[in-house]
Amino acid sequence: MNTRDRIGVGNMRKTIEIAVIVGTTALVICPQAHAGPVEDAVQGLAAPSEEKIEESIRQLAALDDPRAIPALDALCDDRLRIGADGRPYVWDSKTRDVRDPLTGAVVEPAPRPLKEVEVGNEIRRVALPVLARLQLASPVAAVRLAAAEELSKSGSVGAGVLLHRALEREKDAGVREALQLAVARADLAGTDPTARVAALELIGKSGNDGFLSELKRLTTKNADGTPAEPDARVVAAAQRAMDSVQSHQRMVAFGGSLLHGLSLASVLLFVALGLAITFGLLGVINMAHGEMLMLGAYATYSVQTAMHGHRFYLLAAIPVAFLATGMIGAALERGVIRHLYGRPLETLLATWGISLGLIQTVRLIFGAQNVTVANPDWLSGGLQIANGLVLPWSRIAVVGFVILVAAGVWFILQKTRFGLQVRAVTQNRAMASCLGIRTKRVDALMFGLGSGIAGLGGVALSQLGNVGPELGQNYIIDAFMVVVVGGVGRLTGAVAAALGLGIINKLIEPAAGAVTGKIVVLVVIILFIQRRPQGLFALRGRVEV
Amino acid sequence: MADKKIVLLGVTAMAGLLGCSKPAEEAKPGAAAPAAPAAAPVDDKGPIKVGILHSLSGTMAISETSLKDVALMTIEEINEKGGVLGRKLEPVVVDPASDWPLFAQKARDLIQKEKVAVTFGCWTSVSRKSVLPVFEELNGLLFYPVQYEGEESSWNVFYTGAAPNQQAIPAVEYLMSKKGGGAKRWVLLGTDYVYPRTTNKILRYFLHEKGVADEDIMEKYTPFGHSDYQTIVADVKKFATGKRTAVVSTINGDSNVPFYKELGNQGIKATDLPVVAFSVGEEELRGIDTKPLVGQLAAWNYFMSMDTPENKAFIEKWNAYVKKNNLPGGEKRVTNDPMEATYIGIKMWAQAVEQAKTTNVDAVRQAVGYQHVKSPSGFDIQLDAKNHHLWKPVVIGEVKADGQFRVVWKTDGPIRAQAWSPFIPDSAKKVADWTYPWACGNCTAPKFGPAGVVAAK
Repeated sequence: MNTRDRIGVGNMRKTIEIAVIVGTTALVICPQAHAGPVEDAVQGLAAPSEEKIEESIRQLAALDDPRAIPALDALCDDRLRIGADGRPYVWDSKTRDVRDPLTGAVVEPAPRPLKEVEVGNEIRRVALPVLARLQLASPVAAVRLAAAEELSKSGSVGAGVLLHRALEREKDAGVREALQLAVARADLAGTDPTARVAALELIGKSGNDGFLSELKRLTTKNADGTPAEPDARVVAAAQRAMDSVQSHQRMVAFGGSLLHGLSLASVLLFVALGLAITFGLLGVINMAHGEMLMLGAYATYSVQTAMHGHRFYLLAAIPVAFLATGMIGAALERGVIRHLYGRPLETLLATWGISLGLIQTVRLIFGAQNVTVANPDWLSGGLQIANGLVLPWSRIAVVGFVILVAAGVWFILQKTRFGLQVRAVTQNRAMASCLGIRTKRVDALMFGLGSGIAGLGGVALSQLGNVGPELGQNYIIDAFMVVVVGGVGRLTGAVAAALGLGIINKLIEPAAGAVTGKIVVLVVIILFIQRRPQGLFALRGRVEV
Repeated sequence: MADKKIVLLGVTAMAGLLGCSKPAEEAKPGAAAPAAPAAAPVDDKGPIKVGILHSLSGTMAISETSLKDVALMTIEEINEKGGVLGRKLEPVVVDPASDWPLFAQKARDLIQKEKVAVTFGCWTSVSRKSVLPVFEELNGLLFYPVQYEGEESSWNVFYTGAAPNQQAIPAVEYLMSKKGGGAKRWVLLGTDYVYPRTTNKILRYFLHEKGVADEDIMEKYTPFGHSDYQTIVADVKKFATGKRTAVVSTINGDSNVPFYKELGNQGIKATDLPVVAFSVGEEELRGIDTKPLVGQLAAWNYFMSMDTPENKAFIEKWNAYVKKNNLPGGEKRVTNDPMEATYIGIKMWAQAVEQAKTTNVDAVRQAVGYQHVKSPSGFDIQLDAKNHHLWKPVVIGEVKADGQFRVVWKTDGPIRAQAWSPFIPDSAKKVADWTYPWACGNCTAPKFGPAGVVAAK
């Protein structure tokens, strides 16, 4: 598996913008922009009829002039505007400037009112390959890569020569790889048998499943039993390529299930980690745990709003969410839960009541509607691990974050004085108290820590799913499931259970579907708990199990 | 009180003579006897109570809260113009809290305790199925404003949302066309409950008819509130290699947010793999970063971006109402299709009451079936007296970067709903026709013979 590139939308746009600037500086040197065929064609992009726009795009394709790139890019990206003078302008969404489509210079004053050039997928399907062809000559490797990928996908007609030429001068390994595939598609459609066989070999090696239907077509037989492809050498090569692609795809699918399972496990662990402390160590059946997740997510939302969606608001949200939920948790422990120790049923009812109260409070403050927590640009998009397998950055970040937090919790419990006190209190409260440990203070801090970690979970969840008052309700069952399967009172158990449940779920899901997958996992858990009521890792020690 | 009863009997008798009454009323002793003239003025001058039955908490609050708001706005608008029959409308808002059995209980309260003249409400099909027996038992009147799976027509319900032939079928036809990308392979993706399952059943029959083989159709369901779409999106991507593929999404509620986020993160573009959604509108897109979704599609009967004077007025009214009442969300609030359907429904009911000169359910029901309203989408919309569904234009839109939709295709005019899908063999024979001689929402033969006698069951 090769780590090849990021296909982040934000990133792409950035590079394109750089390209625009580069193009601009190039034009500043030779500013004679007389009306010419390119000018006319770009002007045509602002035409009122879709047919005219399509025709202009074709003209631009024939002219093969890189000056048209900003205008075409803006067209595909909903950023092309028609000024009051009927001419097209490029709207720069970052600086909120109006620019000339060819020179890129800021137009002052802007010819308002500006009207949007409205294009649909129909036009985009025509414009994207043309844009990609022009961008093959871009100085930025990422832009060339995106262009090569676009061309290998669409197999744009007559691009063979162009692609060969681009391949010859290409230095960047990643772009070369994508270009080779694009060339292979063009060669395969050609007539030269040697080139076709070579293309098929390359396709087989790449494992790219985008060619599967083409390969299938080459290897099938006509109704009368004759092969669809007359050249036997090509058929054999296609068969080999198909086997290779399919086996590659099977590997990718299995690897994908494992990675998706890992990512689900990280979410499960996050929602369960706090509970492993409040329920596992303190023994409080904490029905309000889900609401701590929810409060953490709302803290993220509040920080986002306060910082006006600054790029790194998420980093600032981490301590805020931790402290806010931690303090609320500690206050709950002091105010309500400490009066109920040793009475699990009352605790259950009281915490359930608290959870309803918290939900309603949030509803009153933020409204019943879900709120938008945006992925910052550095977390949108994904990492292409192999052909056909993309892991979103947000999920990778959550995996990394949960490892850090779990390590932090382990450190606190095993290596600090406070952790020692906690372990002492959970093992034998009376004895710990006799030795001078302020058990009540330890309880409050523990509950605060557990809630704070749930708050961190909320920060993570806000990047993956919805943020609404009922967020916690969706996760509370999962959280208890993980803690119970892992073994009450053991953090290692929670980690192992989350991993196991996550991966089992994702291995079942492709075959059985999401609904059945969930049911199967529940059945497995019931059977497991029947056999081993104490969970994966039983607590050994003085406490009765 | 006695007067009222006589009026009621009179109206029932009238309805009976028209041949459209339910057997339950016919069985009432004396109902057929000539009674006081139906046009007798009602001396009740108090406000007319109107029930609003939408979840204001729980999972569906995200969608239904706006419908409650727009219903109150419409009622306020009618009251400002002097009300109906010179009487003010008094909204009775209840919260069934996304709890399906609670819907039935609240509906019963509205009709029996509050004595509402009509109820506007429900979103999910499961909530509608839950209140249906209550409205039929107590002879209430429900206006249901959301697009749904069809296969139903009740004497007591008016459906102002789209039936499958007014949304799902045209959307699939569009994606098959050259303009829509010429899809040959289909992914039917939905939440696991009655609406997506029935819609996909209809679509599967329809696709078979269009020559699509089973191996080119992938059908997948996720539970309510599902938030992990990694595997499904990866599967869809794999399935989409080779032939041009389109995804038909009947994912409902807030699961759409993680689903679309995943599409964006995995780099799926609308030009390669278009996704058409039936439950995603302006309101749902408020929760999503729409930039990676540009070009994805939705099929509805109304979009906020439709450029008509009626729509402009509608949006202005809505914005003013939001501002005046300081509703949460403020300037970011949008209008959407079910809101338009609610608005049309209330208008039609009010017109029908004016025409019938009474709020009596049986009389109003007769009148509702012939109402016309100029809708915000700019069309002259009519309710169908036969199948109790609205005639609706079909509009397909592409998501723009600002979270609005660009209309790429629409029908020339409103089309009639098919309550029973002609593509499902069992349903194709069924007829929903509440006029004489059928008087039935679910029959294969008319209930009444030529002489007006009840035909054999």
